[in-house]
Amino acid sequence: MAPRTAKAEKGTWRVKKGLAEMLKGGVIMDVTTPEQARIAEEAGAVAVMALERVPADIRSAGGVARMADPTVILKIMEAVTIPVMAKARIGHFVEAQILEALGVDYIDESEVLTPADEEHHIDKRRFTVPFVCGARNLGEALRRIAEGAAMIRTKGEPGTGNVVEAVRHMRAMMSEIRKLVTMSEDEVAAEAKKLGAPLELVREVKKLGRLPVVNFSAGGIATPADAALMMQLGADGIFVGSGIFKSGNPAARARAIVRATTHYNEPEVLAEVSKDLGEAMPGLEIATIKPEERMQDRGW
Amino acid sequence: MGRRSAVRVGVLDLQGAVSEHLEALRKAGASAVAVRKVADIAGLDGLIIPGGESTTIGRLMEEYGFLEAVPGEVGRGLAVWGTCAGLIVLARDIIDGVAGQPRLGLMDISAVRNGFGRQVDSFEADLEVKGLGPRPFRGVFIRAPYVAEAGPGVDVLAEFDGRVVAARQGRLLATAFHPELGDDRRLHRYFAEMAGG
Repeated sequence: MAPRTAKAEKGTWRVKKGLAEMLKGGVIMDVTTPEQARIAEEAGAVAVMALERVPADIRSAGGVARMADPTVILKIMEAVTIPVMAKARIGHFVEAQILEALGVDYIDESEVLTPADEEHHIDKRRFTVPFVCGARNLGEALRRIAEGAAMIRTKGEPGTGNVVEAVRHMRAMMSEIRKLVTMSEDEVAAEAKKLGAPLELVREVKKLGRLPVVNFSAGGIATPADAALMMQLGADGIFVGSGIFKSGNPAARARAIVRATTHYNEPEVLAEVSKDLGEAMPGLEIATIKPEERMQDRGW
Repeated sequence: MGRRSAVRVGVLDLQGAVSEHLEALRKAGASAVAVRKVADIAGLDGLIIPGGESTTIGRLMEEYGFLEAVPGEVGRGLAVWGTCAGLIVLARDIIDGVAGQPRLGLMDISAVRNGFGRQVDSFEADLEVKGLGPRPFRGVFIRAPYVAEAGPGVDVLAEFDGRVVAARQGRLLATAFHPELGDDRRLHRYFAEMAGG
């Protein structure tokens, strides 16, 4: 007989990865104020990312981008009942400790901020709070999962309003997974070496036919059509950064992107929700970005 | 399996942990389909409202006509199981919820949203669940709600730390935890039997 009050185990792998599973089919929106957070929640966002500046502003401001001021994050946590995520710099495990102490629901170890360590990512297994990390391909995703990431998002190129890099990364990931699924068992070890990923995780992907954790798309999504495109390419859900609050009518665009993510396979619905949204955020041609300003190349 | 034609259970596919429920139902011997629009409910014995964000699921259910259609279907015998966010959608009252949060409100319970705290307080624990036998059931609680009050027609199936985390009212079932995230299929079989009976 189980005791009446059995022991509660916090921060288990199932609990960390489980929250991401609850976010599937949803949109996570970048917000910088409690008002924006409420607009996002009202529009049907499944979570918000609390920031001091959206990626487009980080890009134009230049300099070192760091974790947001805890006051900004706490105010947003008070404003909404949906999960609140926040970003720590790559490798900055103390920023992560602070975010965990604040009680955020997910930490994004993010290339949008300036990396604090050019060699090592955070050892995410040590934390109770779960982490999401960016990846451009399967090997990068599996290295992050090996470090303890319970959710992955393809990187794209943040703050550009240009979906081309998001597409590149999602296609790379999906095609590498398909290749693995059809591969003969005796070729898997060499493939793991080539991917730079632990063999056990590579075997698991082969067996599952997908990543062992939820995989969202991020970086450059600005329209309902962009969101539906990423869903059709195999994303489990969508991160929208600058795309909403840098646009002409954030509330309408937020609602439209949520609907497009739900009905990504129904062109009639997509046509309807794409109407009368006002100006999209101004876009940025990837070729005009200086190599040192490409956020996707941060992390390895 | 083979006793009679498989029970048909739909999983509301608007947002959340849909594929996990579909897989769990198939492993439990039920026939499982994703429900994206009201017309998909026709011919189903049961419907699962999965875990996800209850505000998002509630709004989408309102927008696509589920809030209007499901009560009538329940009147005609459809069984409904809400897990986590689904429990909140089923609850008559929500304590500390978002004002006017759209929901079905079919079950005579009041739910406390995020009742165990934020994600850092999310947990797993062994539960004694009435009707599943003496072996404990591993409950996965993710920003989970609990039932603060249950009406006289509601049968409490499980408690944790003095809080009600599973309950049944006739053909309505609610669990605060996520049976679809574990390997134990007893609750999916329980619901399939309930829906088929």
